[in-house]
Order: sequence, then C-alpha cells, then structure tokens
Amino acid sequence: MTIPASSRRKSKYSPRTPASGERVATSAMIASLDAEGRETIAAPFGHALADLARSREDIVGLSADLSKYTDLHVFAEAYPDRFYQMGMAEALLMSAAAGLAREGFVPFATTYAVFASRRAYDFIAMAIAEEDLPVKICCALPGLSTGYGPSHQATEDLAIMRGMPNLTVLDPCDAVEIDQATRVIADTPGPVYMRLLRGKVPNVLGEYGYRFELGKAQMIHDGSDVLIISSGFMTMRALDAAKALAADGVFCAVLHSPTIKPLDVETICAEAAKGGRLVVTAENHSITGGLGEAVAGALMRAQVHVPFRQIALPDEFLDAGALPTLHDQYGITVERIAARIKAWLED
Amino acid sequence: MPNRSETRATNVSLARRAWAIRRYALQMAEVQGQGYIGQALGVADVLATSYFHAMNYRADDPEWEGRDRFYLSIGHYAIALYAALLEAGILPEDEIETYGMDDSRMPMSGMAAYTPGMEITGGSLGQGLGIAVGAALGLKRKASGSFVYNMLSDGELGEGSTWEAVMSAVQWKLDNLIAIVDFNNQQADGPTLDALATPEEAPKWRAFGWYAQEVDGNDLTALVQAFDKARNHPDRQPRVIICHTKMCKGIPFLEDRESTHFIRVEADEWAKAIALLDEDKPL
Repeated sequence: MTIPASSRRKSKYSPRTPASGERVATSAMIASLDAEGRETIAAPFGHALADLARSREDIVGLSADLSKYTDLHVFAEAYPDRFYQMGMAEALLMSAAAGLAREGFVPFATTYAVFASRRAYDFIAMAIAEEDLPVKICCALPGLSTGYGPSHQATEDLAIMRGMPNLTVLDPCDAVEIDQATRVIADTPGPVYMRLLRGKVPNVLGEYGYRFELGKAQMIHDGSDVLIISSGFMTMRALDAAKALAADGVFCAVLHSPTIKPLDVETICAEAAKGGRLVVTAENHSITGGLGEAVAGALMRAQVHVPFRQIALPDEFLDAGALPTLHDQYGITVERIAARIKAWLED
Repeated sequence: MPNRSETRATNVSLARRAWAIRRYALQMAEVQGQGYIGQALGVADVLATSYFHAMNYRADDPEWEGRDRFYLSIGHYAIALYAALLEAGILPEDEIETYGMDDSRMPMSGMAAYTPGMEITGGSLGQGLGIAVGAALGLKRKASGSFVYNMLSDGELGEGSTWEAVMSAVQWKLDNLIAIVDFNNQQADGPTLDALATPEEAPKWRAFGWYAQEVDGNDLTALVQAFDKARNHPDRQPRVIICHTKMCKGIPFLEDRESTHFIRVEADEWAKAIALLDEDKPL
C-alpha cells in the first residue's frame, strides 16, 4: 500500500453568532469568575493558606511556574523561605512534594488542573497517593474556566482523579468555601486534589450560613419539584437558576456536593429517595466520569430509582473563545440550566 | 545497634559484606526460580559500600530520624536491597524463604508499605530522584545533617522526569543529595547504550552542575573513595556516582549469558551458583 499524505484534523472553525448578537473577546487566560453580579473576595486560597501558615510551621508551598495564577503568590510573599519554585516541571513538582511530605511537611502544590491531572498522574499516584502522603494538590482552571482551548481546559480532571485510590477530590463553589476547605484539608491526613477558583472569587454561600464539611453534601436551598445536585461554580449557577425557575412556579432544591470523592452517598441517596423530584446533576466537567456519573452510580447501587438528568460539558475537546459564549454554547449558563430543566419537566 | 562508626569498627570486610549480599540474593532468587539476579549480583559492591561504609542508620530503628535516607527508584532491584537489609540486620534471615510469596514482606518490586528499610515505592521509573529532591529540601528545612541517596539505573536516565530533578537539585544547591547510577548497560529490550544512554554520562551531569564521579562499580576500593569524596565534597552542589557494574558479577556462567535483564536458571544451577560463590568466600 502507499502511505497516505500527512493529514491534519478537520477545521473546527465555524462562525458563531452569540445569543446577544455581539461577539465577545476571549479574556485573559485566567480571568476571574466575577461576572456573577456578586460580592467578590480576592485570592481566597492564597490568603487562607498564608493565614494558616502563621500557626502551622509544617506548611510549605510549591508551584510549577504558576504561583501567580493559582493565588499561591500570596503565601509565597508572606513566607518566601517556605515557598519552592519548582519550574515548569510538573512531574518534579509532585515528586518533590512527596519528598517534603515524607520529611514531615504538609506541602500545598499548585498548577493548572490540566497539568496535574493529565501530565503528572503517575507521579501523584505512585509518589503521593500510594503512600497516602499529605500532599494537597490545588489546581486552577478546572473544567471550562478558560477560553484558551483544550490545552488549558481540564474538562475531565474529576474523572481522572476519581480513579485514584486514597485521593480526596474536592470541587468547591466559591470564596467562602475555598477559604474553609483550605483550612480543613491542611488538617486532613492523606492526599487531596482540590479545584480552585482564583483572582476575584464570588462570595455566594456566605448568605446561607454555609460551613464546609469534608465528605458532606449540604442542602443550600430546598424545593419540591427538582433536586439539583451540584459542585463547584455550578452550585452558584444552580442557585440562580432555582431563583429564576421559582418565578415560573418550579421549585428546585440545590444540594451542594463539593466532595466528589468520597461522595456523600448517604445524603445524596436520602434526598433522592424522598421521591417526587426530578434529579439533575450539574457540574463544570465532562459528562463522562465526574459528579453526575458518581451520583448515578451511587443511586443505582442503592436501588434508588428516580428520573435522572445531567447538566455537564460534552465528551469533546471544547472550542476556544470567550467564556460567556462557551458557557452558553455548552449549556452551563443560568439561563440554559433553567431552560433545560423546564424542558425536561415538560417532557 | 551499630551506627556507621560502630559498623566500621567491626572486622567484617566490605568484600565479605558484598559476598553476603550476593549469597542472600541467590538464595532469594532460588525461591522464585527466576528474577533480577543479574542486577543484584552486579550492584552488590555498591550496596555493600553504601550500607557498610557510607551510610548512617540504626538496624533496630529503620525510621531513626538521624538516618541517611536510601531511595531505591528501581523497584525491581528490590532483591538486591533486601539482601543488603538482611546483611545489615534490618530484615531477619528467616524471611528469606518468603521472597516474592503471598503475604511476604519482600515483594518482587520494592514498596515502602511492605518492608522495613525500603523507604519509597519504586518501580515506576523516573520518580526516585524527584522524591529525593523533595526530601533533601525537607532535611535542609529541619537543619538535618542526613544525606539522601537515590539509586537509579542507566535505563532510568531515559525518563525525562529524572532530568527535571537533575536541574532542580542544582537550583536548590542540594549538597545533601547523592545519586548513584547503576550503569550496567542492560535494559529490558537490550543494551542501554543502544537506547537513550550515552558513554558520556558524567560530562552530561557535570554540565548540569553536579559533582560527578565515574567509577568501576565492582571495585570496592574505588567505591569507598568515591563515596567519601561525594560525602565530603566542599561545594554546594548535588553529587552523582556513576557506577559501571557487570551484570551477574561473581558467577561466571551467568556473566557469560547474553540477555541478563530477567534471568531464568535451571533448578540445579542455583546450587551450582551458590557453590561457586562459596568457593570464593572472602575473609
């Protein structure tokens, strides 16, 4: 046979007209998620860690050239001698964090979620998780939180990380929760993977008197027609969608489940088993292997048979573009969530 | 139990220690009938020098905070390290027969959770030196005088992550880190030099900023000198000892084999190998 000529992937380019009719520019790689019309708090992860470090000499920070973009720079500026710049070397970042943990320290290692999950997986698995070392891996740009395309969009990080034994996996919602979770995981034995929102991060859960508890899903807002089980910033979207739907007489409960692993199976199954509600999972992640499938598996194993729908990103390499455009395109804006739930109820 | 100075005070020669390591390794390999015995016989002199000349440790307290750390990247060399730990008195002799068996503390590939004295879980190559960098940083934070030794193989130098750690150790001036490369020019598919290793490994490490020595890894006198120099080198830089070793060293009929990465030996040949070794028992 003859060898075919070199080939490249079919062009993805197709002009889009956004709902607003206006084209939006792609923002900086790591723009804050502050366009939610809410109060924001600056760099909650970095400030929580720096605060914690005042009384915890065992805490050290490491980054692979992304301290500024993970808010770890706040800690690094406060404690320069406890910050390790490891360079653009994620395998080293994880192995060295393991070595520091072996010597009694509690390392917080930061990079982007794509690099931790895709590039450094075996190092997290063998150097950290297999030995159950207390390394806290905190990663910015989870799911679809940048318009830079698949190289920076960690749309499958939860699926990847859920597969790792010993690893606790967290997807916090807002500034309040990131602050609290940072303090909690510093006190928790064993390795943790935590998704980060960075920069100016909305304060959403403050008004609900919420307190993060590791391994616990909590009812933020109750409702009789739909049970939304959500994590990460999708919980703030779910709360807004619930408000919008309430105006139309559809009442949604929002059960926030920031601990993806170990999942709070008991609470999730108990709420779903109450019956009479459409169960909808909502996550900033691929439809494959994230919160939605974790919940589905839990419900099936517990013989809880309920109508079930998933709001998630498609199992694709996503487009580049402006985040508002992409969130609309992939159905994770407040408006799209509300519309989809309504359509499902009318089915 | 002896720390290094007490170990040195005994009259047991390093040659005798290396002989014992080889013998223990053969005994373990006989249990399985096969294994990475070529590497164990090759690296026995390096391990003898590490455990009975260079390193500080307490046999009755493998977790002693003041110990030098020994990180075995190459998990399949576990048989060699078990032999050294047996000779050091960290593992008991009556467990030799359990090597690689169900419920043994000595699995085929070395893992920290199974074996006293096995500090890290190796086996996924390219991780050990990075972990050693982190531990060396941690020891410096604690103002500890301990060294971290990382034994890696020539084949493992093909892993890119090894070189991330090589660069980092220089950046952090890790003078408490000693890498030991077992260069036996044999990896699973053939000679390492036909793959990614080069005959000029030491200049490569020097170019990165390491204090690099290259020695005959089966010459105990040369090894003792190299380890002393590595420990006492005055500059604030990491140290590497590239040890050229001969696979199956000490058992001529195995040395002559062509492929020695994973050796299968006929049942009667184990006794023959041990008998050959016993003929040459050093004082």
